[in-house]
Amino acid sequence: MLRTFRIGGIHPPENKLSAGKKITALAAPKQVIIPLSQHIGAPAQAVVKKGDLVKVGTLIAKAGGFVSANIHSSVSGKVNKIDNALDASGYRRPAIYIDVEGDEWEETIDRSETLVKDCTLSSKEIVDKIAAAGIVGLGGATFPTQVKLMPPPGSKAEIIIINAVECEPYLTSDHSLMMEKGEQILVGVSLLMKAVNVNKAVIGIENNKPDAIAHLTKLAASYSGIEIMPLKVQYPQGGEKQLIDAVIRRQVKSGALPISAGAVVQNVGTAYAVYEAVQKNKPLFERVVTVTGKAVANPSNLLVRMGTPINDLIEAAGGIPENTGKIIGGGPMMGKALISAEVPVTKGSSGVLLLTKEESVRKPMQDCIRCAKCVNVCPMGLNPAFLMKYTVYKDWDLAEANYIQDCIECGSCSYTCPANRPLLDYIRSGKGKVMGIIRSRKS
Amino acid sequence: MENKLYVSPSPHIHGGDSISKNMYGVLIALVPAFLVSLYCFGLGALIVTAAAVVFCVLFEYLIQKFLMKKEPTICDGSAILTGVLLAFNVPSNLPIWIIAIGSLAAIGIGKMSFGGLGNNIFNPALTGRIFLLISFPAQMTTWPEVGQLTTYADATTGATVLSLLNEGALDKMPTLCDMFLGKMGGSLGEVSALALLLGMVYMLWKKIITWHIPVSIFATVFVFTGIMHLVNPAQYASPLVHLLSGGLMLGAIFMATDYVTSPMSKSGMIVYGIGIGILTTVIRLFGSYPEGMSFAIFIMNGVTPLINSYMKPKHFGGK
Repeated sequence: MLRTFRIGGIHPPENKLSAGKKITALAAPKQVIIPLSQHIGAPAQAVVKKGDLVKVGTLIAKAGGFVSANIHSSVSGKVNKIDNALDASGYRRPAIYIDVEGDEWEETIDRSETLVKDCTLSSKEIVDKIAAAGIVGLGGATFPTQVKLMPPPGSKAEIIIINAVECEPYLTSDHSLMMEKGEQILVGVSLLMKAVNVNKAVIGIENNKPDAIAHLTKLAASYSGIEIMPLKVQYPQGGEKQLIDAVIRRQVKSGALPISAGAVVQNVGTAYAVYEAVQKNKPLFERVVTVTGKAVANPSNLLVRMGTPINDLIEAAGGIPENTGKIIGGGPMMGKALISAEVPVTKGSSGVLLLTKEESVRKPMQDCIRCAKCVNVCPMGLNPAFLMKYTVYKDWDLAEANYIQDCIECGSCSYTCPANRPLLDYIRSGKGKVMGIIRSRKS
Repeated sequence: MENKLYVSPSPHIHGGDSISKNMYGVLIALVPAFLVSLYCFGLGALIVTAAAVVFCVLFEYLIQKFLMKKEPTICDGSAILTGVLLAFNVPSNLPIWIIAIGSLAAIGIGKMSFGGLGNNIFNPALTGRIFLLISFPAQMTTWPEVGQLTTYADATTGATVLSLLNEGALDKMPTLCDMFLGKMGGSLGEVSALALLLGMVYMLWKKIITWHIPVSIFATVFVFTGIMHLVNPAQYASPLVHLLSGGLMLGAIFMATDYVTSPMSKSGMIVYGIGIGILTTVIRLFGSYPEGMSFAIFIMNGVTPLINSYMKPKHFGGK
């Protein structure tokens, strides 16, 4: 029987409309807007100024702290300005505007298609190269990758787990990457294994992608220590703790890091970016983005330069449908509703999903009937109905005692609720409050 | 496109489940038991069920519209369900005016006085039934004999399995097979264990309920009465008789599993089920009432908030 995580979970309609579509490169736009906050942690600090000429791959902003990431130009051209720009968060935050001229790449980048398998670098050199390339978790969490590869003192990684489950409905960017860049991904995984000095890696892929499982299993035969594990389709299997539970049957304790279970989890797209950074000297300035939706003419997987407005992607997929009600950055379960299609693509953009007006409207909320369906689906083993109640009553002690801070915001509770209660909306705000209380107690 | 977008926090899709889907799901699960009641009690079953449903829906509408002054929610199916369950818990010759009082107690006291669906502590149908049992003990404990299809109020009445047990008349008992299929006296919806179990299978399949509450009730009653039967077979009937008689099946499958009044965690559901099983058995074997299921569920409804605060769901990464 196929493995999956052991608590809760749902199976929403998969709607992988763009599955099997080849990755097509989208030409650079006339102007890119590259936000300085594309990752979790401190914003990067700009190292260019207005009027500077940059090439594709030029460092334009340096990591602003330990948990932060470098940012590189995705185009060649001239810095127009550094100014606030609307991003996926809905806020206006600092970004670098670059007017595109030509397409000239940094000479250090190896633009050939040849596969480079061998690597003589040490662990530290690999990690340094990853940090220099500005790689962050490409599944959507955007946590700086080098930080995850430097386990805190006293903890030791035993296994690399590659998240290739792509459990969000609609999204197929990881799937298409696995089909087209399988070898590169496996080299990337080998590099990650070397970086944290382990000899075992498992790539977890949900069983709804049998072609990717077959393809990678065939390729992995010539790589030592890499196992492909098909997993039962269940959302939110891409959650770090859920994936670890599914693959190695260990549950990370409340408040603990995955490394406490001996696991380092990386997204499959991240593994590909690691390959490009280490073997090809190519910093992270482009990524695969799925553009999809039931009303979209041409659901596609596009290779897009960072900073390209979402509008351009939608145009490439056949234009914005007549009755579009919502534009989501990411998937339908955890993605963010965008307030404008002018928002740029960033490192965390795994997809653009267009919902029709009918799909966008929430049904009116009714009283909780304590059916416990939210309890049954919660992958963290929480009671969402009660956590919402504690938040409404501002009872932060009870909220903390019932682990509101463990919520991974997967949305399974709201998705399931027969009374259409916005459980996650409340829990998210209560979680923020409780996390703040916990932090202030520590300091 | 208009230049306006919806913006809301995630998740952006919903599974499509709804309160009314669950309520109508339970009603579908009650269809086999209703068909058996029509087969056993004919006209009486039809009149009692129809009356209870009409009164429950009517009272819910009137109370919501004129006392609570909000939009009536009678279409969600919960008042219909309360009516059907109330009817299933009373004899098929109960006069209509008593049914009206029972419906008012169920909807008015059991449900609306707490604020409506979701806020009640006790199962509304059960509240109505217990109200009637205490107010009209004679009418509520004389059940028509099976097979009088065209009679209603003037049906000939006979004993039930549990009243026979309570009198110690073990020799007049129907066979286990008859009890399983429904050839015995009783409230109109409780007679056929087979039909009720079919309903349970349907609800499990549709994920309306989980197995925890009914199975823990069955297991507890079976073990408890089994021990007593082994100790003294002459005085205490076999555990199968207890499982198949009275309102045990109806209560365990349809009443105890009421969402609002039962615990939310799996462990809590099992504690709740064991509590109902023990209380039922104690009342049946040692109490003066022949049947204890209603009171057992009612008492455990009251304990549910306490169970909810002590029996938490299994926490990820916890012990």
